[in-house]
Amino acid sequence: MLAISGIDLAAFFATYLGDYDWVPAAVLFASWETLYMVFLSTAVSYLVGMPLAIILVTSEKGHILENLQLNQVLGSIVNAVRSLPFIILLILAIPFTRWVVGTSIGTVASIVPLSLAAIPFVARLVETSLKEIDWGLIEAALSMGASNWQIISKVLLPEAMPSVVLGVAITAINLVGYSAMAGVLGGGGLGTLAYYHGYMRYQTGIMWITVIVLIVIVQGIQMLGDKAAGRIINKRR
Amino acid sequence: MIEISNLTKIYGSDPQEVTALKEVSLSIRKGEIFGIIGLSGAGKSTLIRCINMLERPTQGTIMVDGQDVGSLNSLELRQLRQKIGMIFQHFNLLSSRTVFENVMFPLEIAAVPKNEAAQKVNALLELVGLTDKAQVYPEQLSGGQKQRVGIARALANDPKVLLSDEATSALDPQTTRSILGLLKDINRQLGLTIVLITHDMNVIKDACDRVAVIDDSTIVEVGDVLNIFSNPGTPTSRSFINSIVNREIPAEILQRQFIDHGLNSSRLIRVSFIGASAGEPIISSMVQKYAVAANILYGNIDQLKDIPFGNLTLELIGPVETINEALDFLRKCGLEIEVINHAGN
Repeated sequence: MLAISGIDLAAFFATYLGDYDWVPAAVLFASWETLYMVFLSTAVSYLVGMPLAIILVTSEKGHILENLQLNQVLGSIVNAVRSLPFIILLILAIPFTRWVVGTSIGTVASIVPLSLAAIPFVARLVETSLKEIDWGLIEAALSMGASNWQIISKVLLPEAMPSVVLGVAITAINLVGYSAMAGVLGGGGLGTLAYYHGYMRYQTGIMWITVIVLIVIVQGIQMLGDKAAGRIINKRR
Repeated sequence: MIEISNLTKIYGSDPQEVTALKEVSLSIRKGEIFGIIGLSGAGKSTLIRCINMLERPTQGTIMVDGQDVGSLNSLELRQLRQKIGMIFQHFNLLSSRTVFENVMFPLEIAAVPKNEAAQKVNALLELVGLTDKAQVYPEQLSGGQKQRVGIARALANDPKVLLSDEATSALDPQTTRSILGLLKDINRQLGLTIVLITHDMNVIKDACDRVAVIDDSTIVEVGDVLNIFSNPGTPTSRSFINSIVNREIPAEILQRQFIDHGLNSSRLIRVSFIGASAGEPIISSMVQKYAVAANILYGNIDQLKDIPFGNLTLELIGPVETINEALDFLRKCGLEIEVINHAGN
């Protein structure tokens, strides 16, 4: 394996995997599928999860949009979805996925259960980021006559931004793992490759390759997240 | 400018009720710097937050510039709040914005056109002496500079009232003086009414025209700062004043023996003086006019705004009747006299 660096990959696979020299292209394509699923489901989960987080925070007791009933109902739903193991959610979501996408198999179809699983996670993650903000800042904005929307858009979100960006990396990394699980159920991406070739056909080499690619992807996402958050924080110093 | 009547604030509900304010009434005049002093937990923080409805009173009314604050709907309240600036102990600046953008914030809220707002911000930064820090983020500023940004921000919408919530409590004494100086300048230049809360009597002494002393959720004393300093009417006021002006007489002096008969009677008195009388040689005229000797044992002189203020502990020696005449003379001159010790006590 160490021999990989600096050596023609096709020749490497031709030598070690016999006539499986199609593998590099397959790995590349599967990686692309994984990134595609992770990217889109992260985007969808933030699109829905962020507003949920804002409602969860601002509807709390004493906050700008206090509504304890809404807060409790929403909190319970979030907890309920979060308590489902992803593999179960994947199966339960099949009818819904079919209704949205038209099929429950393939990369695009995987985005639905991935997003469903990530939305409540994102809601809690962003909620935590928003709660870190000192109440004094909200009080100051209130004392200036800010509207609730102004407080959300000009105080809560910008102030929480570095923390929210780090949360995006955490979410995306979680989704890399989930996407592999979805791959086992025909979701495509590195999970499918590892399962059908690495596991079902005992092609251990392919299993290891997917593992390495996954590690690289996860490291890359974390690095990007740290960098983005660091840039925001450094600018403010 | 601000009329507070029968203000009561109760937190929590029945079994765990906490009364933060009990039937507080106050009248704050236009253009004055009004101080509210109290220990932590006395209710001053709640009181100042009721003025702009950051806290809703349980009972009572608050009128600001003729408007009943409690009766406003949310839009009217937001408009009124734009005209009531507020500064805070921990500054509460947005870390996501530069100094310039922080001062711009209230103008964005009030939907002031961009160009006009930018001009206003520049003028305010000049007023507080931070023009060169416009593009810096708050994290790079010192505490005093942060509070200056806070003041500029509070003044952005030309408020009628400025509320100061322990604005100098997180600052060192020197910075505190410079911030108070800035507040006094603003008060004078703009005719702005300032309400400040503090637990530091130095702040009251240095900046305020009038003061209310709050203790255990009620106002125990209100009046001109000078009067309260020279004649504190309650133990709470007295202890606040003692915290900065030493009124305690050293024990050795109190232990001295005093004779209360004959030609060499002696009496220990404390003379408190404020304002003009402090500049006049009253003690020396007394000594000349009456056959008493005055022995100065102890004293403190301080400056209250621009007026000297202080107290002297004297031992008067002479015949009893002459001492009494001399005391009457001092009282007539407008000094406050306290006879501390007779012989043998």
